[in-house]
Amino acid sequence: MISSYLPGRTFLHRIGAGWKLLALLLVSMVLLPVDSPLVLAAVLACALGLLASLGSGAGTVLRSLKPVAFVVVFILALHGLFGTLEAGVIVALRLASLLLLATLITLTTRLDDMLDTLTPVLRPVALVGLSERRLALAIALAIRFTPMLVDVTRQLNEAYRARSGRNGHVKLVAPLCLHALNAADHIAEALAARGGVDGCPPESTDGEEDKVRR
Amino acid sequence: MTADRSLVHIAIHVAVISALGYYLPAFTTPFTGSVPITAQTLGIMLAGVMLGPVRGALAVLLFLLIVALGMPLLSGGRGGIGVFFLPSVGFLVGFPVAAFVCGLVMQALKRRPVFPSVLVASMVGGILALYPFGILGISLVAGKPLWESAVGALVFLPGDILKCFGTALVASAIERGRPDAIFSRQ
Repeated sequence: MISSYLPGRTFLHRIGAGWKLLALLLVSMVLLPVDSPLVLAAVLACALGLLASLGSGAGTVLRSLKPVAFVVVFILALHGLFGTLEAGVIVALRLASLLLLATLITLTTRLDDMLDTLTPVLRPVALVGLSERRLALAIALAIRFTPMLVDVTRQLNEAYRARSGRNGHVKLVAPLCLHALNAADHIAEALAARGGVDGCPPESTDGEEDKVRR
Repeated sequence: MTADRSLVHIAIHVAVISALGYYLPAFTTPFTGSVPITAQTLGIMLAGVMLGPVRGALAVLLFLLIVALGMPLLSGGRGGIGVFFLPSVGFLVGFPVAAFVCGLVMQALKRRPVFPSVLVASMVGGILALYPFGILGISLVAGKPLWESAVGALVFLPGDILKCFGTALVASAIERGRPDAIFSRQ
């Protein structure tokens, strides 16, 4: 997971957002029941190949995956200590491939494209009174907020460690929430300043532009 | 609260739930048939407690939708449609209900102090309402009889009770820092 779009014109950038999301969906479905380390290693190798296709951007991706790599190592160690190492390797390989693929997609797809792809898919929710645009925006915001909050957690933990020499664990949840709430207020303000969620409809109908909006 | 502000807060709670999954990774025990112990239920209860029943449940549904889209947001970096075929599916299905119940109890206890209210709300929502779904899920997917699944689910109980206290502590801290942000009390 990473917070920012990596500009570029590589192979991955050129594929449509819809295809990439569909591919991730399929891979995640296929990979879950797979228990063969060889197959999983092959998938990871393919993901690494895609990473290499980014060229100079690959280093940025790897740096951004560093905190996640610790999670993978931790799970591997946990299985090694309390279970079988083989099960740990399987879980770690599966985790690493899916994480890498998902990160590659978020990195090479602009938020706008992601939103445009999701909007038609979510059209049925309009039936229950939610506009698909609102839902697509909420999804896009949540996907963007997550790496930001993971980063905030990491910084909070570093600050805590500097003060106490220990990891913060559960003590970080409350400050994390406060950070999140402040960020939410800033974003809500920014959204309001730009005319709100429905401020700029993608297809504006005649005459509607003149109406004063909330 | 305007609809836009509500939308942003729902989205940020989804991100909090996701960040909690990264922060404390999943731990699978042999007793529970690959249903992991995660910190994410704390996030689920918190969403209900903070946002109220409807917005809380919407936040959790949004979280599950994003997971289904393939984003590895479930603790341990799991994601994709595939997670809905695992023994933990019952808990996933129960999450929105748990958040809804947490929010309802919070609203009912509006006039009481935050810490005990959240403790009761998260226990009723995050344990009483959630476990039947989880137990049914383990039983159906792992092919175990109900009572055996229920005994297996007991492994989660100490952790979940701790998480209820954790939720109550976090909510009281938020009440001190941002009393306006507990929407279930407005």
